[in-house]
Amino acid sequence: MGKIKLIIWREFITRVRKPSFLIMTLLGPLLLIGGISLVVYLGMQENGIQNVVVIDKAHLVTNKLHDSDDIKFFYEPAEMSDSVFKASPYTTLVEVNPLILENNTVQLFYKDLPSLTVQNYISREIEKVIEAEKLRVNNVDPVTYQRIKTALKVQLFDIDKAGKRSYDQAKAGIGFAFGYLIFIFIFLYGVQVMRGVMEEKQNRVVEVLVSSVKPFQLMMGKIVGIAMVGLAQFLLWIALSVVLGTVGLSFAKDHISASALKDAQPQMTTQLQAQIDQTKAVQDQDSPNEELGVMMDILHELPIVPILVLFLFYFLCGYLLYSSLFAAVGSAVDAETDTQQFMLPIPIPLMPGLFIAQTAVYNPDGPAVFWFSIIPFTSPVVMMVRIATGNAFDHLGELFLSMGLLIATFVLTTWFAGRIYRTGILMYGKKVTWKELGKWLFYKG
Amino acid sequence: MHAYAGEYLRPDQQGHKRTGMLAAENIVKRFGDHLALDGVSVTVPPGKIFGLLGPNGAGKTTLIRIITRITGPDSGRVMFDGRPMTEADVAEMGYLPEERGLYKKMKVGEQALYLARLKGLDKKEATKRLKEWFDRWEMGGWWNKKVEELSKGMAQKVQFVTTVLHRPKLLILDEPFSGFDPVNADLVRTEIMRLRDDGVTVMLSTHNMGSVEELCEHIALIDRSHVVLDGSVKEIRKRFSDYTYTVDFKGSHVAFANALAYLGELIEHKEEDGTCTARVKLLHGSSLNQVLAATLPSVEIIGVREEVPRMHDIFIRAVSTATPQQVPAGFTE
Repeated sequence: MGKIKLIIWREFITRVRKPSFLIMTLLGPLLLIGGISLVVYLGMQENGIQNVVVIDKAHLVTNKLHDSDDIKFFYEPAEMSDSVFKASPYTTLVEVNPLILENNTVQLFYKDLPSLTVQNYISREIEKVIEAEKLRVNNVDPVTYQRIKTALKVQLFDIDKAGKRSYDQAKAGIGFAFGYLIFIFIFLYGVQVMRGVMEEKQNRVVEVLVSSVKPFQLMMGKIVGIAMVGLAQFLLWIALSVVLGTVGLSFAKDHISASALKDAQPQMTTQLQAQIDQTKAVQDQDSPNEELGVMMDILHELPIVPILVLFLFYFLCGYLLYSSLFAAVGSAVDAETDTQQFMLPIPIPLMPGLFIAQTAVYNPDGPAVFWFSIIPFTSPVVMMVRIATGNAFDHLGELFLSMGLLIATFVLTTWFAGRIYRTGILMYGKKVTWKELGKWLFYKG
Repeated sequence: MHAYAGEYLRPDQQGHKRTGMLAAENIVKRFGDHLALDGVSVTVPPGKIFGLLGPNGAGKTTLIRIITRITGPDSGRVMFDGRPMTEADVAEMGYLPEERGLYKKMKVGEQALYLARLKGLDKKEATKRLKEWFDRWEMGGWWNKKVEELSKGMAQKVQFVTTVLHRPKLLILDEPFSGFDPVNADLVRTEIMRLRDDGVTVMLSTHNMGSVEELCEHIALIDRSHVVLDGSVKEIRKRFSDYTYTVDFKGSHVAFANALAYLGELIEHKEEDGTCTARVKLLHGSSLNQVLAATLPSVEIIGVREEVPRMHDIFIRAVSTATPQQVPAGFTE
């Protein structure tokens, strides 16, 4: 036992001491948050000012559309030919046909496809004018209409959790994030195990080592040591993320309420605006607070401690399962180039796992989700979704079955890997085949 | 059993149970279809340097790996210090494999310490002994260097030190001199003899027959999974002696040949500065004395010496080259 501790310690300390560990630890959360921010930011960015020319054949919308900072409306009563449009400084052309009140359709021509945000803005502006016109034609009072108009909100309740709003979908999303993390960790650190084994074999240090310790101890020491590196990294990431998140959230809180208010404003035409300002104002003020409230509710309702405990369980067992296979591959091959053939099949079962976990976000009770959360090769990723939604706790039998099977499987794969490993590490200059690997399983220790 | 197996064994050695520091008894090891060791028995006497010889692929490394418990035999057993070997005995062994190396990115001192602690030494004791060795072998400045900064010979020195640091009772060295320049090879050779004098039993596997003659008191020769030669070096060389003498004399070689008659066969002769040198193989159980008595009247004998076969020749003679070796690729020897 003392020897295996030594091995674990060496594997851990040599990796943690590397500058790359520190960099990854610091950069991980920054990259994650930065990456998300960048995607959001880029998605919101426009490539410059959009000059939208409106061919108003219906004579309805002219001068009634509101410009925004990036979107300017211009009006032309007459048809514009393609070549003229092409030569013009306009970026987008919207044709409002005379029968718009019946067919509710406009046609948008563009030089460069405008973003969804721009499309939505244009469509919303025209919608408002058309709506106002329809109200006028049908002699409906806008205030009455506003009262009638219904944006139905569906609140989900799980019958087993009486009387409380259910945020299963959001929680499933969080579960998926955990599952994804497991996927990444298994891959990242599994490959590290493989590289470590290959390094020992290529350095020829391995025979020196196995004259002191059993090959199985050496393999397990490496696997456990690298798992600890992963855990250390994960804990540091959590700590860093909590710090960054707290700072970021308090910043965002001020920001969201302000911008949400601003965004919610231009929902009605000016004429209507005044009339319904009072009604709207109440709603506007409500929404950001409500969103934050929902977030707090979700966090409150999320079984955080069981999630973290089970996350550790599924991460460790899933990692043990896969890393032992990676270790076997590392021991069997001589050169980096040979690894591909054997490495490729290993993560393949993880892929459908990730895919199913994604569908589980929308349908956590589906049969595919059930099966993939039981099968050990995919359960670490898929079960996390069921755990986060609380579904797994309603079917404790299934959870325990999944956990038990996972343990049994990693014991089995570790045993298999150990047998390949002890032969593989001492085998040089031989092109290994699958058949050969099979034979190694039956060599006597 | 192959026909040649045991051909060179003395009758009293065949199947005779012997004791030693280490004894492998009837070891059989099979890898798939390949029989790597087929009933191999060797005994390493305590406090001596024992040579384990054999051509590539004969099964030496497999035998060593069984002795060091890296792998297990299919049948047979290994005795250590007169009793069946246990896992705990691994701590009493030092093994320098032929395929050896160190972690390139680790510092020399840290790495030596790590290997020593894996052998069961505690940190303090290991540090102390390492410092002593590093001083003695003038490696003091290497402690904080990374292994990749060392030359091959330097790394080999570190490797040797880590092999013997825990003061093993049994030292197994596979090609210990490879990678050393002559100066350092001498250093290692002296060290091996010093360890032997301190009571350490050494098993030396090498293709360098010069060092076998120089260091080994006993050898076993493995060829194609069998022990084909086993015993003390002195006795084996005697056994392989074919009663050939080199005779220097002054006079006519025709007269010498005539005088020799049927007592011996004149294999070859040459003349240089009036001195003839003849190689004579004794025939029909005649003795050197008879030859001398017969030839003395005809020529003036200047010198006579027996031709003792070199280990090199014994090796080649013992290893039958009649059948191609059935060695699967990948098994390093």
